[in-house]
Parts: sequence; C-alpha cells; structure tokens
Amino acid sequence: MTKNSISWMQNHVRRQLKISQNKNLDSSTVKLATKDLKAKFGKAQVLKGINITFPENRVTAIMGPSGCGKTTLIRCLNRIHELTPNAKVEGEVILDGVNIYSPQVDPVAIRRRIGMVFQKANPFPTMSIFDNAVAGLKLAGVRNKETLDRVAERSLRMAFLWDEVKNDLKKSGLNLSGGQQQRLCIARALAVEPEVILMDEPCSALDPLATAKIEESIAALKKDFTVVIVTHNLQQAARVSDFTAFMYLGQLIEFGATKDIFEAPKNPLTEKYITGEFG
Amino acid sequence: MTQSDLPASISLWRKILNKLMTILVIVAVVLAIIPLLLILGDVFIRGAPAISIGFLTKLPTAVNVHGGGIANAIVGTFTMVGIASLIAIPIGIGAGIFFSEWSSSRLSMVSGFMNDVLTGFPSIVLGLFVFVILVATTKQFSAFAGGVALSFVMLPIIARTTSESLKLVPNTLREASMALGIPRWKTVLRIVIGTGKNGLLTGILLAVARATGETAPILLTASTSVYFAKSIFAPTASLTVLIYNYGTSASQNWQTQAWGAALVLILIMLAVNLLVKLTVGRNLTGKRLEL
Amino acid sequence: MQFKVLRGDTILKILLATAALFIIGLVVALAAELFLGSASSIHSFGPSFLIGTQWRSSQNVFGALPFIYGTLLTSAIAIVIGFPISLGVAIFISEKLKGHQTFGYGLGIIVDLLAAVPSVIYGLWGVFILIPLLRDYVETPLHNSLGFIPLFSGNPFGYDFFTSGVLLAIMVIPTMSAVTRDVLSVVPNSQREAMYSLGATDWEVTQKSVLPYARSGIFGGFILGLGRAFGETMAVTMVIGNIPNITTNLFSAGATLSSLIANNFGESTGIYQSAIIEIGLILFFVALLVNGLARFMLWRMTSGARGRA
Repeated sequence: MTKNSISWMQNHVRRQLKISQNKNLDSSTVKLATKDLKAKFGKAQVLKGINITFPENRVTAIMGPSGCGKTTLIRCLNRIHELTPNAKVEGEVILDGVNIYSPQVDPVAIRRRIGMVFQKANPFPTMSIFDNAVAGLKLAGVRNKETLDRVAERSLRMAFLWDEVKNDLKKSGLNLSGGQQQRLCIARALAVEPEVILMDEPCSALDPLATAKIEESIAALKKDFTVVIVTHNLQQAARVSDFTAFMYLGQLIEFGATKDIFEAPKNPLTEKYITGEFG
Repeated sequence: MTQSDLPASISLWRKILNKLMTILVIVAVVLAIIPLLLILGDVFIRGAPAISIGFLTKLPTAVNVHGGGIANAIVGTFTMVGIASLIAIPIGIGAGIFFSEWSSSRLSMVSGFMNDVLTGFPSIVLGLFVFVILVATTKQFSAFAGGVALSFVMLPIIARTTSESLKLVPNTLREASMALGIPRWKTVLRIVIGTGKNGLLTGILLAVARATGETAPILLTASTSVYFAKSIFAPTASLTVLIYNYGTSASQNWQTQAWGAALVLILIMLAVNLLVKLTVGRNLTGKRLEL
Repeated sequence: MQFKVLRGDTILKILLATAALFIIGLVVALAAELFLGSASSIHSFGPSFLIGTQWRSSQNVFGALPFIYGTLLTSAIAIVIGFPISLGVAIFISEKLKGHQTFGYGLGIIVDLLAAVPSVIYGLWGVFILIPLLRDYVETPLHNSLGFIPLFSGNPFGYDFFTSGVLLAIMVIPTMSAVTRDVLSVVPNSQREAMYSLGATDWEVTQKSVLPYARSGIFGGFILGLGRAFGETMAVTMVIGNIPNITTNLFSAGATLSSLIANNFGESTGIYQSAIIEIGLILFFVALLVNGLARFMLWRMTSGARGRA
C-alpha cells in the first residue's frame, strides 16, 4: 500500500467520523450528496441551493408541503429533471465522489446507476410482466434467457410481487392492480442493479393495504440499496426512513435522523409541519 | 448482490445507434422540406413571367396565339366555390353543432363517423357521384354541378372544425347560461356565435382553400370553357382544370400560362392559410382539419 | 310560455339533426348512385370485371385489374418512401424539439402548407421538374447498373409507376407526419421517463417506449396516408402515362383507378361509362374500408390513452 492511499483512507475515516459525530449519521458512508444544487423551470427558481447527503444502505425520506421542490430535488439526482423543456440545473450532485453533472459524465450511465420509481405506476403497456421486469436488462444488451429468468425472479421477489404473478408472467402488466403495477415498476428499477433507488411518492395513488406492501419491500431494500423516498405522508416517513429531510420553498430546512426530526425538531418550521400546522 | 448481470458500461454500439438515429431523423426532415421549397420556388420562378394585367383580365386565345388570359377561369373558380359555400356552410355548421351539443346521441356518433370517413374520401368519387345525379340526367356540364361537387368536399371539413371548436367551449358556460333560465336553443346559438366563431371561421376558410384547389370533381362536373359562362348552368372554366389542360398540352405558350395560373392559385391558397394561422393560432389549426 | 320555450328547443334540434342526417344520406346516396350507374357493367361482366386484365373500350372489353394493380403499386412505392420520412419528421418535432416550441411550430406550419398545395400543382411540377429529374438522375443510373433486376429493367421514360410513387410519397408525407406527430404527443411523459431511468439512450426511449405506446395511432396515420395515396387523382394522372399495364417493371407507364376515371370519363358513353362508374364504385369501397379502419385506430389511440396512462 502506498503512502498516498494510506493517507487517503485515514482522511476518509476521519471524515466519516466527523460526519457521524456532527450530523448524527451513525456509521454509514455517504453514497450521494448535493452541493449548492439549484434548479429552474424557465424563470421560476424551484431549488435554491440544496446541500444534502444520502447515507449508503439507508432510507432517506424527503418531506415537505406541496411545491417545496422535493420532487424536483430527486429528479435532479438522476438527471431526469433536465429532460423537461426549459428546465435548468446548476450545482453538483456527487455520486461516490464524482459529480454527475460534470461534462465528461454520460447521463445515460448515471440513470442506470440511480434508478427511479414514479408517483403513478407506469408499466410499459405493450410489454408483458416479464418483459417489464427485464426491460432495463434488455436495453443493456443482455439476451441470455437464463440470466433474464433469474433476474426477473430475483427482482420480482425483492419487490414482494413474485408469488402473485409467477404464473402470469406472460400477461400484460396492465391487468395488475394499482399496487401490483407499482411493485412491478419497483422490480423493473431493481433489475438493472442500481446503487441508488429514488422513489417519488410511490404510494400516493394507492390504498393503505397496497401502501403497506410497498413499505414492506422498501424496508427490505436498504440491505442492498441506498433509498431516497419523497413523501408528503408524515407517518410513512416515520415508518420507513432512517433519515429525514424537511424542505420548504425550495430550501432544505432540516436534515437528521428520523427519530430526532420527529421527536426533537430544531427548526420551528419543521415542528409546525410535523404537528400538522401546515402542509 | 454478488456478481453483476449487466455490462459495466454502455456499449459503443448503443451510442453509435443513438447518434445514427438522430442523424437519420434530421435527414428525414430535410427530405420532407426540400420538395416544398422546390415546388414553391418553381411555381414562383416559372409562373411570375406569365403574370400581367392582361393575363388576369383577358380570355384565353387559341393554341400558340400569343397573349390571352385566364379571366374566365378565375371567375369560374370563384363562382363554383361560392355556390359550394352556399350549400356547405349552413349544413356543415348545423351538423357540427349537432355533433358537439348532442355528442352522445346515436345519430351524432354515426353521422360523425361518416363525416370523418367522408373527409378522407377521394374527391374524384364525389365528382363521379355528382356527374351521375346532375350531369348525366341533364346532359349538361355546369358550374352548378361543379359547385355541388365542391360542396361535398367542403361539408365534412366545416362540420368537423365546427364541432371541435365548440367542444373547446367549457361546459360551465353552457350550465351558467341554462341556470339563468335561458332556453337551450338560445344558449347553443349564443355559444356558437359568441365563443366558437373563431373556430367556425377557420373551418370555413380551410374548406374554401381546399375547394379552390380541387380539380377532379370539377373536371367531371363543370368541364371547361374558353369563354365566360353564360349562366351557372353552362360549362365553366376553373383555374385547376385550366392548369391540368394547359400543363399536359404540347403548346409552349399554354405551358407557360399553366405556371402563371398555378402561381395565382398558390397565392390564393397561401393567403387563406396564412389568414387562418394568423387569426386563430395553433390550438385549432393544429388539429388535422385538412385531412 | 313554457310551451314556447320547448318549441324553440325542438325546432333547433330538428334543424341540426337534419344536417347531421344529410351527411349519412350523402354517403348512402353515394353508394346507391354508383351502384345504379354501374348496374349495366356489373350485369354484363359480373365478378370477372375485377380480375380481367384487358381494357379495350373499342371492343367493350373491360377488366379492372391493371388499374387495381397500378393503384396498389404506386401507393406501395409512396408508402415505402413516405412512411419512414413521415415517422422521422414526427419524431423530430415531438421528441427532439421539446425545448424549442417555436421551431417545432414553424416546422409544423411548413409541413401543413405542403398538405395545402393543390394536387394539380404537384402534377404540374411532376411533369416539368420531377420527371426529367428522376429520369436522368435516378432511373437511368439504376437501369444501367441494376437493369438485370426486373424492377429496373425497363427503358426509363419518366412517365411511369416510379415517378407516380415518388410524387405520391411527397404528397402523403404531410398527412402521415401530421397525424403521427399528434399521436406521439399523446404519449405520457412518464412512459419516457420510466425508460430513461433504466439507463436508455434517447433513441432507445423513442424506439422501446414511445413508438410501442403509440403504435395503433401510428398505424392509423399510416392507413390514412395510404388512403390519400389510393384516392389521389390529378397528380398521378399527369405523370403515370395512362396505359393499363401489369408489370413488375417500375419504369413502365401504367394507370390507376382514379387516373382512368379522370382521363377517360369525358369521352365515355353507354356501357363504357358504366364500366368507369364501376371503377369508381371499387374506389368507393376501398376508401370506405381504409378510412374506416384508420379512424378506428386513431380513435382507439386517443380514447384508450387516458385509460392506461
């Protein structure tokens, strides 16, 4: 081991310790972080300089009232935001130490490493359940039947959907219930082995039972993935997340361990939101 | 997760294919636009020398006798489009209102479907139909028969535009009017005259433009003539049939005049289309009305 | 008072319903009159009219096959050339120009203008510009280098199936690209984003998500363009040469259903006229079928999209 790399490691450990001491981030590493992230739609400034870190193998919830910019924030994390006409992004999003907005980074490769589940289930209507699950693999050029079968089963299991659809894999995904469709979309995102999964209010269109199923799968996911979930549902944030960020009017108001945020919010705005005074 | 099932990076092939398809798509756009520029350019370049006061105001001369004009064809075209408008506008608007205000009735659905089918109909079949009912029975080609044939071209366009533009009028307006105790017929007419009139105008203008450019139905019903028609029950010249006859003739003089007439025709069409785009904007003209 | 109000409503409804009925009546009358007009031809030739390969008016021999063939062949050429270009234009406007609405709008206007140019002007342009252009720069080189293929074996003359097909392609592109553009704009953005978030390139998003989602609508536009090619008369009549012909040679003169009507109707009488009207009847049923199918596909696309978005 060279001197250089030893000092790097020492620095790294020190940095981590510092983070865990100062920001209550326990012992996990930072997987994804933003640095002064700003986003615009035309002239409207939606994000006003966000600095936030997402620890590895943890679930981080982003909550806040409608229009606070939480959805825009996670859409910036995998460079989907910039696909909207007139949308602009400034600042940095750092994945494993690399700014994904630097010119030499290919957004296509980034989006595979950072998967996404959307507000409304959006399975591909012309594909079967199986084809939906392995759509990303086929994109990447995987043709081997055995691999496809194995990955389809694995990701459908991880999304807690396998037992319900294992006999109907060739049927259209549109025949599933809303909750099942959303779990299919989760399986689809998992199949490409992303490192981070972004979820944009994945349960907002679902009933409590379907929501419970999805939350169950989210809890299991953090073993393998880093999860970022946007929600306006306080109970959901409390149930599924390890860390919670509270946003208001395009700014990050407070970030910390979920327990701390809910039991002892430092910012009066956060407290008001949690006690239900607005939002 | 132990061993990855995916390739570590995006294959070069996918990147190349992506660039290649972008290029192909742009090539397609260029290929689609070139003919338009060529056609417009050629009509202006070849047509402009033929245009003069005499060309627009004189009657045709015999083959290869220099001079001569297309005055009778211009008058003939306007006569026939006028007759067609008199027939098609009231019926088209009436049917269009019915499609929009009674949209769930069975008559509305059947007739609306027929109307759509009629929009895409070969105009020569409409000409053939009018020939059978009006020309073959009276043994007389006429501007009247030509106008009737053109009215069948205009009718479905007007009906469809009318119903589409009235469907854009929010229902709250209807409800508010009815809630005031204004009877339905007054409500409908007020909405039509007030809110939907731009859309109606668009439909009429587009239909007029389309009829002005039609050849086949007139060829079979009005034939042509080298004089001003004595009445609307006599064979009548039109710009389009004149372009067809002159353009396929061997006479150099006539060929030049065909380009001149084409320029006059295209200027009329452009003027009408521009008028539509300028006055009404995208939301209505964006619907595929000219189909 | 109430009585009067009711009467106003009834009168209006009856007036408007009459107008709507008029359209149904028109289509029915069209069919009926074409049947009546072609009765003597149908009676004399029966079904053999459809498969007869000879058309000699002087001997009262009438077979429609050369014209059916000409219509199908020219339309096929038009679609083979026009469909990919139309799809490209639609993809460009709807997928590539997202952030530049004014440019897309301008391009849309240009394409719409192409649709507004009268058929006879396409024909005039075809006769004087397209024919010499294709003959000298496309047909002759193809014939010289690939003349052993039956498609290109004929001596290029310019007035032929190939020129007609190319001219038709230019004419159907506005129709097909406009419909396809509208259909692609109905595809919900969430479908595109789902594909993007799996790590797809722009083209893969179009190919694997947008086009499959819109397929029935694209098919509708395709059929609508085909319908326009089938029925197009004047431009084709001016450049096809008007000789009934069944041959694989694209560089040979031919005739279509509609060009036959336009070209010969003036001089026809008696059974000859009846035979031409029967040609019109065939065209009527083809148009009914094609347009009905296209409208159905488009309707399914636009009304179905809401249910599954």
